[in-house]
Amino acid sequence: MSKPNTLWSWFWMIVGGLYFFLPLLATFEFSLKARKGVYSFLAYERVFADPLFLRTFIFSLEMAVFTALAGILLIFPTVYWIRLKLPQLRGLIEFVSMLPFVVPAIVLVFGLIRVFSGAPFFLTNTFAGTNILLIAAYVVLTMPYLYRSIDTGLQAIDVRTLTEAAQSLGAGWGTILFRVILPNVRVSILSGSFLAVATVMGEFTIASFLVGIRAFGPYMSLVGQNKTYESSSLAIISFALTWAFIGLIQLLNRGRVQTQIAGAH
Amino acid sequence: MLSNLRQNSSKQRDARHARPVPSSLLNWLGVLPFFLFIFLFVFLPSFSLVSGSFQDRQGNFTFQNYLDLFSPSILSAYWVTIRISLTSALGGGLLGFFMAYAVTLGGLPKGLRNALLTFSGVASNFAGVPLAFAFIATLGRTGMVTVLLKLAGIDLYDRGFSLYSFWGLTLTYLYFQFPLMILIITPALDGLKREWREAAENLGASSWTYWRRVALPVLTPSILGAMILLFGNAFGAYATALSLTGGFINLITILIGSQIKGDVLQNTGLGYALAIGMVIVMAGAILIYYLLRRRSERWLRL
Repeated sequence: MSKPNTLWSWFWMIVGGLYFFLPLLATFEFSLKARKGVYSFLAYERVFADPLFLRTFIFSLEMAVFTALAGILLIFPTVYWIRLKLPQLRGLIEFVSMLPFVVPAIVLVFGLIRVFSGAPFFLTNTFAGTNILLIAAYVVLTMPYLYRSIDTGLQAIDVRTLTEAAQSLGAGWGTILFRVILPNVRVSILSGSFLAVATVMGEFTIASFLVGIRAFGPYMSLVGQNKTYESSSLAIISFALTWAFIGLIQLLNRGRVQTQIAGAH
Repeated sequence: MLSNLRQNSSKQRDARHARPVPSSLLNWLGVLPFFLFIFLFVFLPSFSLVSGSFQDRQGNFTFQNYLDLFSPSILSAYWVTIRISLTSALGGGLLGFFMAYAVTLGGLPKGLRNALLTFSGVASNFAGVPLAFAFIATLGRTGMVTVLLKLAGIDLYDRGFSLYSFWGLTLTYLYFQFPLMILIITPALDGLKREWREAAENLGASSWTYWRRVALPVLTPSILGAMILLFGNAFGAYATALSLTGGFINLITILIGSQIKGDVLQNTGLGYALAIGMVIVMAGAILIYYLLRRRSERWLRL
């Protein structure tokens, strides 16, 4: 077998590596320059001292957790049920789970506002209503990979045998779903939800139209409009956050990497 | 004995025909919540946009909104969006492919592969507002790379480059495009069988011939399919573009955004047609992706 051209390989790795690290380096360096003449963490201190930072961060974290929970509650039983009882629907649900990719976030929020701001829903009239709408939109947005990871998880176990074994021991559907099947696909469900949380945390498009400055994404955008150094430190913070979530997912999956296709770009 | 069996089986068949399994209707109830959710939050909004796109200002049925899409300013918005998406998909696709090749077949140390996949997982998820900030600090007017290049005698902005224009946006998109390519294409490269290469070499093929006649034809559907996903990834991007350019670039997503905020087109129906136009482009892309994926599955078990 001829030897692969390692020089060629190194060349592309260096190009890609530079592309990956230079912006991070530049952003980090910039974020340290808030105090004239010396490097300092002043920009970070200012960000953390801003009450809006904490408030929007917690709001988005809450929305993210609710999104993951709602997504799991909606998708997990459905995928399980289809595998067990309605295998003829597999093609359909796979198709449906890819729909969010066809409908970009900006189009989705456009349609959601048109439908739910008026009669008979009036969801955008109250804070609670908009939050529900936001979570629903996020469930749609994160569905492709939440579905994918749950489906992959269920594929790896023998759903039918586990169900029948549980049934013969007298378990009801709730017990089967959440105490027999769920623990077996814990890892895939957790990694899917971490990815969902990571996406939703800094999401801008949908949040900016539904809840505005109450969410973390629009808050970052606002900071970017008038505070240069703080915005760089926010970029570094949110990069670290993304890194933490992906790291968690990898720990769970022992090295397998997942990504989102339909996205919040 | 035999007749007995036959009788039994015919009885069973008859029984099945006579009364359908009563639980089947209940089975469908199990998937009702999911499909109800999809109906409410995917179909209803989409249909609402579709129905709005066929109405004029008085609410009468019309095709005019779709004809108006072909006005120069809107066509140009579609065209710029498509061009940025194509360029960043092609650039990100090539860079990602070469990097994935380097860590799978390119003879680099094993540890690099895991590191690269981790970085790709992070970078492909790093987008939107913070990504725009990072590129402003890198390639903006006072960005690190801009300043360094200026010291080296290359003034990017004097030479017509701007981060807030076509190429700037494309370079920024590349940051999440090439890692996505790496993540999608690595399994496909892993699927190339060593035996194929050995067989080709036994028949006297050079490395180049092997790639041109064996590996690339097998990989082409995966590569094209992945690039279509990258295309869609960039086509729907709004947050990155808005925070980078402040809305001063004529992208279709930006146009829809301003239409939602305040009917800049002064024709709500046209706004809806604009959005449906995006959905049509994406649906076309996904359709091609599916056809390609079916082809690639013939050889590669992904």
